[in-house]
Amino acid sequence: MNAPLPGPLNDNPILDKWVAFPAPGTVTINTGRVEIGQGVLTAMAQIASDELDVAMGRIAIHSGDTDRAPNEGYTAGSQSIQFGGVAMRQACADVRALFLDQAAKIIGCEAGELSIRDGSILRNGATTGQDYWTLAGAVNLAVKATGSGARKAVADLKTIGASSPRLDLPAKIFGDAVFIHDMQLDGMLHARVVRQPNRGASIAAIDEAAIKRAAKGEISFVRQGDFLAIVGDNETAVDLAGAAAVNHVTWQHVEAPTPLQQEATWLLQRPAIDRVIGAPEPADAQGKERFEATYSRGYLAHASISPSCGLAEFRDGHLTVWTHCQGVFPLRGMLAKTLGLDASAITVHHAQGSGCYGHNGADDAAADSAIIAMQIPGKPIRVRWRREEEFVYEPKSPAMVVKVRALLDADGKPVDWTQEIWSGTHNKRPGAGGILLGAQALPNPLPEPPPSCVPESNGGGGTRNGEPLYDIAAKRIVHHLVTETPVRTSALRGLGAMPNVFAMECAIDELAERASKDPVDYRLSIIADKRARAVVEKVAAMAKWQPGAPGGTGHGRGIAFSRYKNRAAYCAVVVELDVDEEIRIGHVWCATDAGLVVNPDGAINQIEGGIVQSISWVLKEQVRFDNAVASFDWETYPVLKFSEVPEIDCALINTKDEVPLGVGEVTAGPTAAAIGNAVSHALGARIRDLPLTRERIMAALLKN
Amino acid sequence: MTKPIDFFVNGNAVSVSPSNDDTPLLNVLRNDLGLMGTRFGCGLEQCGCCMVLIDGQPEKCCTKPISSVAGKQIITVEGLGTPSHPHPLQQAFIDEQAGQCGYCLAGILVTATALLAKNSSPTRGEIALALDGNICRCGSHNRIMRAVEKAAARMRSGALQ
Repeated sequence: MNAPLPGPLNDNPILDKWVAFPAPGTVTINTGRVEIGQGVLTAMAQIASDELDVAMGRIAIHSGDTDRAPNEGYTAGSQSIQFGGVAMRQACADVRALFLDQAAKIIGCEAGELSIRDGSILRNGATTGQDYWTLAGAVNLAVKATGSGARKAVADLKTIGASSPRLDLPAKIFGDAVFIHDMQLDGMLHARVVRQPNRGASIAAIDEAAIKRAAKGEISFVRQGDFLAIVGDNETAVDLAGAAAVNHVTWQHVEAPTPLQQEATWLLQRPAIDRVIGAPEPADAQGKERFEATYSRGYLAHASISPSCGLAEFRDGHLTVWTHCQGVFPLRGMLAKTLGLDASAITVHHAQGSGCYGHNGADDAAADSAIIAMQIPGKPIRVRWRREEEFVYEPKSPAMVVKVRALLDADGKPVDWTQEIWSGTHNKRPGAGGILLGAQALPNPLPEPPPSCVPESNGGGGTRNGEPLYDIAAKRIVHHLVTETPVRTSALRGLGAMPNVFAMECAIDELAERASKDPVDYRLSIIADKRARAVVEKVAAMAKWQPGAPGGTGHGRGIAFSRYKNRAAYCAVVVELDVDEEIRIGHVWCATDAGLVVNPDGAINQIEGGIVQSISWVLKEQVRFDNAVASFDWETYPVLKFSEVPEIDCALINTKDEVPLGVGEVTAGPTAAAIGNAVSHALGARIRDLPLTRERIMAALLKN
Repeated sequence: MTKPIDFFVNGNAVSVSPSNDDTPLLNVLRNDLGLMGTRFGCGLEQCGCCMVLIDGQPEKCCTKPISSVAGKQIITVEGLGTPSHPHPLQQAFIDEQAGQCGYCLAGILVTATALLAKNSSPTRGEIALALDGNICRCGSHNRIMRAVEKAAARMRSGALQ
């Protein structure tokens, strides 16, 4: 009996969905995972190169294509390598085994005598005249994977574990037309959508003449219910009309988020779906020391550097869509429902956009283009959102309030832990918890799905990392899924992990302080997990951590740890900073244990990027509401600048014999908490609400 | 249709007749001249994705009226180098794997080109300040700054020139 197939391979077991040998000397691999700037396609090619024994240069990659790629759902959750890569690896190993069996038959030997070098079959090291391509006609890959192909031993890996340069990067450095924004199809029309302010808002009046005057060129309107778009072949005219239309279309039944709703504390006392996960509440807390503290974070934007873009063509009854979204199959399913088409009448191709870091406007822009394309058959339609549109209408990462309650033993160590969480949903992805934005404006719009969040079996949403990995006798999460939020909320890198780890790891520091223990020693005293200990010890060594450094001097250091989702990579971070009126982060150290790492430099690039993004969230970012979304450009939603980025040193723990663990989202939580702890050390006062604005720093100083 | 507007892009004379004089240079580069390397990021001159050199000066071109560049020399990322003859900055960006999604890189490369033209030995702080007008959302900043330092050193020593 073979071990069960890796999940995505079990879901898509036919091997020719994964690997093909289309022409002599070439290999094609198909992956459901898509490139979003994380280097996943390079990693997949490395995996195939090793398990098939072919040079990287022979491998072409097809990715995110409903016609040919395996359906792997979303490229999300730091799961591409941990699950998708493992599936690719097994598929390639199975394919290799089938070819070796066929070669053995033809040559008349045992498969065990054969090996493969860059696609050529060798017998006891000598060429046999056979290779993948001579054998391809005789080997049927339209068969189910068995999982019986032996994967390479770790010691035999050559490309897996090596820092192969990114395959996609040179084209971006030379300015090639690599993004969906750069695609030019014959007869293509440009379009801009005049956004419905909210579900239920309806158009009261359109001043078409004023919009046409502003366009200074030919444009036309496409309207379906309250979905209104401007279309034309001159992008400048369409742009001008799109910008002007904001002021020349009047809406009724408009709802707008208020300044009061902007703050996370608004979530308290709101209607919610309440659950308790974990140990029952302690019956008797008598005689135990109690700790309680409340932490919060505001709404965040994905703030992708490119506004979302969609491209669609409806021709001869078939809809073809290009999108930079994270899940082409779920998008296809939702487009079918929205447009009343059969899924088989829709093809969705992934095309690269800028980094998305989660559910940004990509799916919605694709839907916009599809809605318009259905009205203008035979013409490719490209919708590109305006900058303001992206900021205002992208789904936000929900604000969260996290209350930590702990009971302590005589040594000041926690024996009972409650993490009580208030949050809107972290998942309104189309088809999962939400519908497509443009679809809300169509006549008889699809109903909004009932409120839900990511299930704990999939890592949880608001509850993600809400349970400490520390050795605590009783732990529970109390989750309040707030059912209505002032703006649409959905998945942003790490989901609830960042606020939860921020709260938990700040609380751990507060407990260490109460117990008069060094934060590193205290953590090590409450966790036995060897890999957790190793990253904490490693990062402390990297940063030359000195216990007992005096606090309140304006200069501070902080440490924090988490294992992402309690099942992906382990990560510990030390931050060193100075605070006066503002926070200046000087240095960040990070140690990560991700098991077998396919591309170490690629992993470190992700880790560094996650650290920078988390610093930006913690120091600068909160979506503001002022009877509208008041964060609508880079001045009203500033992010970290080059001159504000600290030195960053990252190390990977060498654990090659362990299975790969996702790294893309591991740093957000520990970085945020390490900053919080360092600020507390520097100020001698704790700030528990994010972002760490000048006002909050001044308030903390005055309180001292 | 307005009068033709003549200028130079990457050393080549071009003449365009945009539908109106206010057409942004960015749209002309992308839609009329097929040069897609200069990216649209905001249309507000805030993010730097559309950075080009105009008579040697780095400028954001997403709102720059085409009529204002008549007779001028425009250099875009495509004019910096090619895979067979990369600009030292482009080679250094590849060597340092300086980028993630890569959407900001063309603008950053143009800004860095202008920096190195006037300062052949910039400090890390000078590089950071020069790039503060370019936004990178993926967090590749340190790799990018290392690549600029590496390119500057190579250009000073004459390697790759």
